[in-house]
Amino acid sequence: MAERLLTVDTLSAFHGEAQVLRDVSIDVSVGEVVTLVGRNGAGKTTLLRSIMGLHKNTRGSIALDGTTLDGKSADKRARLGIGWVPDDRGIYATLTVEENLSLPPVVDKDASWSLDRIYEQFPVLRERRDFPGTKLSGGEQQMLAMARPLRAGSRLLLLDEPSEGLAPVIVSQIGQIIRDIRSQGVAVLLVEQNVKFASTVADRHNLLAQGEVVESLDNDAFQSRTTELLQHLGM
Amino acid sequence: MSAFIQYTLQGLATGGFYALAALGLAVIFGVMGVVNFSHGAMYMLGAVGSAVLLDVADVPFWGALVVVPVLLFLFGILVERLLVRWLLALDPLYNFLLTFGLTLLIVDLVKRRYGVSGLPYELPAGLEGRVTIGGLSLSSYQLFAAFFSVALCIAVWLLLTKTRIGMIVRASTEDAERTRALGINVGRWVTPVFGFGIALAGVAGVLAAPFRAITADMGSNFIIILFAVVVIGGLGSILGAVMAGFLVGLVEAYGQAYAPSYAQVLIFVLMAAVVLVRPAGLFGREEAS
Ligand SMILES: Nc1ncnc2c1ncn2[C@@H]1O[C@H](COP(=O)(O)OP(=O)(O)OP(=O)(O)O)[C@@H](O)[C@H]1O
Ligand SMILES: [Mg+2]
Repeated sequence: MAERLLTVDTLSAFHGEAQVLRDVSIDVSVGEVVTLVGRNGAGKTTLLRSIMGLHKNTRGSIALDGTTLDGKSADKRARLGIGWVPDDRGIYATLTVEENLSLPPVVDKDASWSLDRIYEQFPVLRERRDFPGTKLSGGEQQMLAMARPLRAGSRLLLLDEPSEGLAPVIVSQIGQIIRDIRSQGVAVLLVEQNVKFASTVADRHNLLAQGEVVESLDNDAFQSRTTELLQHLGM
Repeated sequence: MSAFIQYTLQGLATGGFYALAALGLAVIFGVMGVVNFSHGAMYMLGAVGSAVLLDVADVPFWGALVVVPVLLFLFGILVERLLVRWLLALDPLYNFLLTFGLTLLIVDLVKRRYGVSGLPYELPAGLEGRVTIGGLSLSSYQLFAAFFSVALCIAVWLLLTKTRIGMIVRASTEDAERTRALGINVGRWVTPVFGFGIALAGVAGVLAAPFRAITADMGSNFIIILFAVVVIGGLGSILGAVMAGFLVGLVEAYGQAYAPSYAQVLIFVLMAAVVLVRPAGLFGREEAS
């Protein structure tokens, strides 16, 4: 059994009065891809933002590598090795592609990918290195957003709907990248609505409905019961 | 034609003050989310400071150009540490009101001490006369002020685009929360950025001292135009602040020359036109819908 990296324990989250997460417990181990599947408004982004320390109105606990993240600021959490890839990709328009890659501080020298290695893996980023980040296509921006935490050497990636709005060929490229990342021993928490895509990259799945995890299962079980589960989620 | 070139030079010189001060305003707003109403008062302190230094310590213009921005940088740090910092977590309106109150306080203190009539100041040694270039007679000081502010804007631009600190400031200006989530302690840059922004307003004040009336109230008109500059350039755009600063300076100078009674109105007509055509300003990014 690989070692446990992220532990979310009975986490509840609120937007003002409204409760959007109810006692969510999930965990991700080293070298594992775990998903959180749910429809619009289920609370997926809120969970990732809570892990990142950006959403503060929460109850329950979140721990990285056995150490609680309670009271730690977002920048501190990032420096502990959590890499966030937001749903809007979070590419800076006023920074070049290369600056976008270099902005986060290197958090782990051994795990950090050099720029050369990133450019080898993503040749298009080398071609566009001096362009403003937002001059890239949607798929290229997604690659840039995923390459950024690799450059920093993050050990846990939080991916918020990386396949959204992308053409099928690009989606399968993104899938390949996630499998590559996983084989490097990086843990991935993947938020998705694209169930087919999720089943091509993940080891385990958590189904989220109205802020509650209604089912946790491995990829084989997930694939054999997909239709039934999706109906259950209303997707 | 020669008159037109003179107005252009005058516009670039005045535009330089606007550009420098707006640059400071934009960086403070970007990194901290603070709309610093006291920017006009800081500009006034820059000019008054130059006059006082000359009067009590015989510090000439050239000395003031160095000393006053340093003093205002320190003053800015003090203001941030003692006041602004405590309201950062609240609605931005609180810091807007705080800096508004600070403005009233500073202006009144200056009035009590130095009165309401203008303080005397002279053109700096070496720049009193006019130079003749290709048959055109231009004011040496305006020429200097225009070149100096352009050069300083370029220097700040290089600082922002070629250094790691600059990269962090640009990133925070674009999205402070996301920048924190990428591992950067944005809070650590807040104090120096505020001081730096205030110092830029101070430089504008020193440059204005030799050719504007130095009074406690000189900042109140300035801040209004500065807000127009920032709106025209695009809130949160650093390049926009600089470009719009020079643009507004030119519009003001041409207005004063060709339609004196409309000079001020023209700036706001320009602002309204820009907002109608491009609500996010000339260089601002349109909000993604
Ligand atoms: N800033 C906010 N203020 C108030 N309510 C919010 C806010 N952000 C999200 N919500 C609500 O919280 C719930 C969960 O939102 P969240 O963005 O986490 O869902 P999601 O699963 O990521 O959805 P999507 O698939 O659309 O991205 C939704 O009902 C949403 O309306
Ligand atoms: Mg979401």
